[in-house]
Parts: sequence; C-alpha cells; structure tokens
Amino acid sequence: MSTMAATGPLTTSPTPILRVEDLHVRYGGSHILQGVSFDVPATGVTALLGRNGVGKTTTLKAVLGLAPRTGGVLLDGSDITRWSVTRTVREGVGYVPEDREVFGGLTVEENLRLVGGDVGADAAIVGELFPDLVNRREQRAGTLSGGQQQMVALARVLLRPNRLLLVDEPTKGLAPKLVTEVADVLGRVAQTAPILLVEQNLPVVRRIADTVVVLDAGQVVYRGAADDLMSDPDLTRELLGVSMRREARQ
Amino acid sequence: MSDIVLLVVTGVGLGALYFLAASGLSLIYGLMGVLNFAHGAFMVAGAYAGWLTMTGLPDTLGVTVRLALAIAVSVAVGALIGLVVEVVLIRPLYRHHIQQVLVTVGLSLAAVAAIQGIWGSDAHPLEKPRWLASTTRVAGAQIPTDRFLFIAAALLVFGALLALLHFTRLGLVIRAGVENRTMVEALGINVHRTFSVVFAIGGAAAGLAGLLGGVYANSVSPLQGGSMLIYAFIVVVIGGMGSLTGTAVAAAAVGLVQQLANYYAASGVGDLSVVLLLAVVLLIRPASLQGAHS
Repeated sequence: MSTMAATGPLTTSPTPILRVEDLHVRYGGSHILQGVSFDVPATGVTALLGRNGVGKTTTLKAVLGLAPRTGGVLLDGSDITRWSVTRTVREGVGYVPEDREVFGGLTVEENLRLVGGDVGADAAIVGELFPDLVNRREQRAGTLSGGQQQMVALARVLLRPNRLLLVDEPTKGLAPKLVTEVADVLGRVAQTAPILLVEQNLPVVRRIADTVVVLDAGQVVYRGAADDLMSDPDLTRELLGVSMRREARQ
Repeated sequence: MSDIVLLVVTGVGLGALYFLAASGLSLIYGLMGVLNFAHGAFMVAGAYAGWLTMTGLPDTLGVTVRLALAIAVSVAVGALIGLVVEVVLIRPLYRHHIQQVLVTVGLSLAAVAAIQGIWGSDAHPLEKPRWLASTTRVAGAQIPTDRFLFIAAALLVFGALLALLHFTRLGLVIRAGVENRTMVEALGINVHRTFSVVFAIGGAAAGLAGLLGGVYANSVSPLQGGSMLIYAFIVVVIGGMGSLTGTAVAAAAVGLVQQLANYYAASGVGDLSVVLLLAVVLLIRPASLQGAHS
C-alpha cells in the first residue's frame, strides 16, 4: 500500500483550521487510532476515508473530545485537547453524528431551539437550506424520514456560527435523490465553514471534497487532493477497496 | 359506597406522597442515570428541618403558619442538600455507576446515623393544625383532611414540573438529556449545570415528601426515609425511569392497590400487593408503563 502521500506535508494550506498531531485513542484493550496526523484546510471539504472499522468515526469523536484521546488537536492554532466537549462546540466546532441522533421525542422546532436559542425553525438559514423543516416544525423528530432527520441534524449545527464542521456519514442509508440533496447542502455550507467529512459514498466525495485523508488500521495512509485520488482508479481500489466506476453506477 | 370513596381518596392521597418522593428520583435517574439511594436521606433531612422549624418558631404564630413556614424550609433544605450532594459527591463519579451506588448508600446510612446521634432514634411528634387533623365529609365518607393537602401538593408539584419541562429552556435540555445526554453535550450545552438543577429539584421534592410524610405519620423519625424510598423506587420502576407522567400514574396505582388490599384482604397485605403489582407490570411490559430507559 502506498504511503508516499501520507508522509508528505500535513497540508497544502498555510493556516489549517484543524491540526491533528499523533492522535491516539484506546478503548479497553484496543488501540483504535495509532498516531493519526493530518491537517484540515481553512476552506472547503476534507474527506476522511477508509474501509469500515479503520477509525474514521473515532477520529471525529476524538477531535471533539467524545473519545478518550492522547496527542495534539489544534483548532486554529489553539490546543483544544484539554477542552471539554461543550467548550469545543461553543468555540465553533459543529458535530453531525453518524445516524443523525436527533431527539426523537422532541419536535423539529424543539430540536432546533436546543442550540439556536429563540430562532429555531424561523432562522433564515433553516428556511433557505431546509424549507421542508419549516413546515414540519411541530412534528416529532422521531417520526421524520431518515432524510428529514438528517436535515434536522445538519440544521441544528448550522444555527451556531461554526469555524469547523465535523460531519459523519451524512448520506448513510438515504435514497439517491436525498443523497444528492444532502451533498448539495454540504457543498453550500462549505462555502462558509470548512468541513471534515466522513463519507463512504465516493461519488459524493468526488463531487464536494477538495482534499482527502485515508485511514487504514488506525493510521493515515494517504493525504492529498481529492481529484488526485479519485482520478486514479488503481490507487482508489488499493486504498479503499472499491472501484470508482462501480461506485458511480450505484 | 362511602367505603369506596374513603379508600379511593386515601389511596390517592398515599399515592400523592409516593409521587412526591418518586418524582425527583425519576428525573435524576432519567437524566443522569444516577440511582440515588441517598434520596431517602433527603426526605429525612426535609422532615427534620420542618420539625425543627415547627418547634423552633414561637407558638404565637399559630400552627398553620408554622407548618407553612416548615414546608418552605423543608423544600429549601432538600434543594440545598441535593445541590451539594450532586456537586461534591456525584459529579466526580458520573459514568461510574457502582461507585455512585456505594456513595449514595453510604450517605443514606451516614445521614440516618447522624440524625440518630443528634436527635435520638425515637420518633418526634409533629404538630398539626386542628383543621388538618380533622376529617372532611365527601359523598358520605369521612376523609382525613390531610389527604387533600397531599393530593394538592402532588398536583402542584406535578404541574410545576410539567410546566418546567415543556415551557422552559431548562426543561427542553432535560427532556433532550433524558433521551441522549452525550448528544446534548455535543451540541455545546453544559449538561452538568442542568444536572445540578435537577438534583436540587429532586431534593426539594424529597424534602417536601419528607415533611408531608411526617404529617401523615404525625411524627418524624430517622428511618422514615428508608421505607418511603422503597415505595418510591417501586413507583419509578413501574412508571418508567425519567417519565414524570408515568411516575404520577404509577404512584396513584400503588397507593390505591395498597389501600384496597389492606382493607379487603388483611392489614399488611397492601405491601405485598404492591410488590405483586410491580412483578405483574414488569412481566406484561418489561419496559414499564412509559418505556423510558427501556
């Protein structure tokens, strides 16, 4: 497996919004992340890729502080490894978890008011990006479709000013039309806040990602421009075990 | 007919006491996952704070005024103790469930021992206003008036807690936290501050339950919290941990079953029937009435 790009410069951006240095995560007897290092540029979408179980979700959780971590995590130059999850989020790191994790017993409006103070579903950004949610403000989030729940999960982090968004598999389990909608939203959001995106859907990565970081067995094995990886079928197959042509047909 | 009315109202009155004891316990477990075995100590502290207030105030104030002030002091002392216990003992032990159980059990034992050491093991009579010690005629039944006080207090607390949960931001955070505490934190909300407030609310309700339990028994004693706590746990298990409405329904059901069984079977069968009710509910609906934290 090629590790050439992984041993090169951490980033092409002179001032990364996020720098991860020698990050380790251990759960019980398992060493999940084994010295992960990469940068997230201050603009655009950085996709965190890799096969199932290599530590992508754990990396996002470790950045936020939801996983026990050692090593360095710098947000805009500030060391955040001792910060609480709450402080990290309040300092501008938004998190959209895998499987949405909306509060099913709360209405759409209540889900949004949790983070948005008194703006909720009436916030301009909600109306602009998720007009369907405005009409469903009184509906319990647990009764929404998967795509609608994903919109709630995205909308509630966008109600805060973000310096960085951590988004974990936002298209997982969604119908193709909804995948396109979510990708469109992420592309628009990335114009105002950089995104560190965990995504298995390679056409989505090809469409919106600028840079990629590939993990394998808890280590970074590739980092570079998204186009470079996506335009190289052999490298894609080698690193991710999939063919871009097959992905594109799906 | 009058027997039925008497049994139903006194049963619901008893259930009202159980609700006051259980509501804080349910909220604390629902939000924080803390099985607070020290909740009985909160009740005893509230009861003794009320009793000391009643006996410490001058007789010229009248029993009703002194009881009203005692209730306020019991609520305040319960809230303060709940807050201090959360900050000092529980906060360092979140996610360490065994240690939480050990600490709260230890605290309950130490609190009872301390009260016995200071005020003795015997029960202390609690003065009641004459109107509260009398009976009220309803549909031919002579019902102890204090039962209406218990029901009114429980309805007031139930309504206040529902309003808190559904019309305030704190309530919104509590309801979200009961569903998924980690996600609440991941949205940048300081859930620990909410924990402290919920513990204080639970302590306040326990303090009120303690003093009203004293009114029910006409005395306060160091061991009254332990017996109330057992029924409170049964109520929250039947009603669903974290569900206030489930707790209210379960409390009324437990009070009624206990009262009816004591009357129609034999004295003492009521306690057994409550345990049977718990077993039946868990067999039919293992996730309890409301299914929270199933």
